[in-house]
Amino acid sequence: MKELTVQATTENIQAVTEFVDRELEALDCPMRVQMQIEIAIDELFGNIAHYAYAPETGSATVQFGFEEEQRTAVITFIDSGKPYDPLTAEEPDTTLSAEEREIGGLGIFLVKKTMDDISYEYKDGKNILHIRKRLI
Amino acid sequence: MTIQKFADNNEVKFALEGRLDTVTAPELEAALKDSYEGTTSLILDFEKLEYISSAGLRVLLSAQKVMAKQGEMKIVNVNDIIMEIFEVTGFSDILTIE
Repeated sequence: MKELTVQATTENIQAVTEFVDRELEALDCPMRVQMQIEIAIDELFGNIAHYAYAPETGSATVQFGFEEEQRTAVITFIDSGKPYDPLTAEEPDTTLSAEEREIGGLGIFLVKKTMDDISYEYKDGKNILHIRKRLI
Repeated sequence: MTIQKFADNNEVKFALEGRLDTVTAPELEAALKDSYEGTTSLILDFEKLEYISSAGLRVLLSAQKVMAKQGEMKIVNVNDIIMEIFEVTGFSDILTIE
């Protein structure tokens, strides 16, 4: 498993994306899956950057693991900010018209739809969020 | 992300290249705000756009709301990855995609 620890800022979304991309490319990840994972990073690391330590700042760690048998990437986001389980966010109603649509909750909804699994735990003062995606 | 703007009378077209995400969505939002006045047709060309995250979806939703009142907004040349995102979020029913 490899990991990267950076300041949780939106500027560092790119550093996290590049770190994960390097691993995915070494594993011959299909482009479509890579893009879906990049979107998930934008959503999840973006959330940490915006909310975990606000209005202060802090660091976040991203870990990359790979389960060979299932060809599954496991990416973990860890921060020591305010406890927050994004899986409890209310799902948006995707059937409403443009006028009625609310803009909250879309990001995590998108991650749930495109990743194979997402799980959250709060442990030792840390928010730990795992996403899993088969690289096929 | 690169944003190219083409204006012709009441029609404005933006060609986007790269990624429409947390960092770049505010750039598009600002470019759109500067272009609404007098515009009745807004076209967003996604030919060179790789993907879009929820930050980009929010900008598209607010643009759709503005343009619905004063004309129309169309999104053209959408790739498969972005189309799937539009479909799972229900945006394919809200937006005009050609």
